[in-house]
Amino acid sequence: MSVVTDISVNEIRKQFPILNQEVNGKPLIYFDNAATSQTPQVVIDALVNYYQKDNANIHRGIHTLAERATTGFEATRKAVHHFINSNEVEEIVFTKGTSEGINLVAQAYGRKFLKEGDEVLITGMEHHSNIVPWQMVCEQVGATLKVIPVDQNGEISIDQFASLLSEKTKIVSAVYISNSLGTINPVPEMIELAHKVGAKVLVDAAQAAPHHKLDVQKLNCDWMAFSAHKMYGPTGVGVLYGKRQVLEKMDPYQGGGEMIREVTFNGTTYNDIPYKFEAGTPNIADVVAFKAAIEFMNEIGFEYLHEQEQALLTKGKELLFDIDGFQPIGTAKNKASVISFLIDGVHPFDLGMWLDAKGIAVRTGHHCTQPLMDHFNIEGTVRASFAVYNTVEEIERFAEALTDIVKKFRK
Amino acid sequence: MSIADKQQEIVEEFSMLDGDMEMTINYIMELGEQLPEMSEANKTDDSIVKGCQSKVWLMASEEDGNVKFEADSNTAITKGLVSLLVRVLDGETPDNIMNAEINFPEQIGMNRFIGTQRSNGFAAMIKQMKLYALALGSKSQTGA
Repeated sequence: MSVVTDISVNEIRKQFPILNQEVNGKPLIYFDNAATSQTPQVVIDALVNYYQKDNANIHRGIHTLAERATTGFEATRKAVHHFINSNEVEEIVFTKGTSEGINLVAQAYGRKFLKEGDEVLITGMEHHSNIVPWQMVCEQVGATLKVIPVDQNGEISIDQFASLLSEKTKIVSAVYISNSLGTINPVPEMIELAHKVGAKVLVDAAQAAPHHKLDVQKLNCDWMAFSAHKMYGPTGVGVLYGKRQVLEKMDPYQGGGEMIREVTFNGTTYNDIPYKFEAGTPNIADVVAFKAAIEFMNEIGFEYLHEQEQALLTKGKELLFDIDGFQPIGTAKNKASVISFLIDGVHPFDLGMWLDAKGIAVRTGHHCTQPLMDHFNIEGTVRASFAVYNTVEEIERFAEALTDIVKKFRK
Repeated sequence: MSIADKQQEIVEEFSMLDGDMEMTINYIMELGEQLPEMSEANKTDDSIVKGCQSKVWLMASEEDGNVKFEADSNTAITKGLVSLLVRVLDGETPDNIMNAEINFPEQIGMNRFIGTQRSNGFAAMIKQMKLYALALGSKSQTGA
């Protein structure tokens, strides 16, 4: 018996109060999960509980509430450490999101170690947050940003990647799963090849963390960044994982409280990792509540998540590909549960507005991957991205709605 | 009909749709289809309104002291929305356009059904139309 039938999707849906509502008079179908996933009641409860009972500033406080808040904050660090199987709990740095994690590495490592003539290698399907921080640091130090080309299916070739690697390559920063297309990149092989030329590797796992079991020790990546709000957690929390020896070599990212050991007007010594990267009062409440999201994911398990989402993808392909003028964008063999598409003669904006009128939330536009859109010679797509609480019935309603909308444009 | 009357007329038309999103979008698209075609020659980079999520072209010319607007968009819904502005401001004097208080988008609940980001685009369209009126107005004054 498949795992999917063992856990009822209806039971899962009941845990997400936001799904139980009408939008524009129709039951909400939420297919914008690659942008932000919804939060289960346990996460909402954890947030409320924190503010009702434990709210205080963390670390150094000696009173009971400060102690409770600190314990909650550090308990999430431990949960993340187990979730991605890092070697040590100190290798987990809290950020405000994936973008901040990448900026942190670009500035705290890149700016210190990159020199003129060095190369940073990214893929042609990166989110702007994994392009712009590297452009900035390359400009600051005189290094060169190189791009692994993407083919018409939305895939990169490992041979082409290998041919771009050289002793000049100091950093490879690659997206594990493309937010625009759902392509799953051959990241394990890329890390192995990059290490052979001595390059460090950052994995943008923003889309991977909600769908794939991540094991940073097995992957052997040097850094990994992801965001809580795409994994059923609160907004404004991200994780940067880094290997201890790499994090220790990096300079602090920002100055302030928390990140120091001793401050005099003659100079300052910095705290140990991870605290030297966590200047100022962090987003305590959301970090505390993030633990409930990790526990939610652990309880469901990646086997179920994977099976459920692939079932939705298969059903989506079966029903949508028959729609008049349907053009899938990104047809990689290895794909997460994202369907990006265009319909001949209908602008994505019109499609998105019509779908919203029918209670269906999708994303339209360039998905913060303008270079990738340029590659396909399009302005943007319509993207439906699925999560654990989506159902086959929702896909059916989506296909019906699209068919109905397309008819309006085929007079 | 004054600019205020034209806006009132639009508000009344939309109130009959009873806030139904699908009916509203259908109606907006129908209005867009009725917008007179814009000449391809006028669809240049210069006539694109910046700040809109979809492409909007706006062009103005002077006819007997009044401003004549032409507009188009690459999306059906936006074309309908810009057609409403053309309906309100087309054929008016430069002064009337510059002094016009455009309040129908709020009154027909445009924020609710096109979102803030796009109503900023709407604001950009209004600004562009007023700039055209200003330019054409000062031109005709110099001419006289």
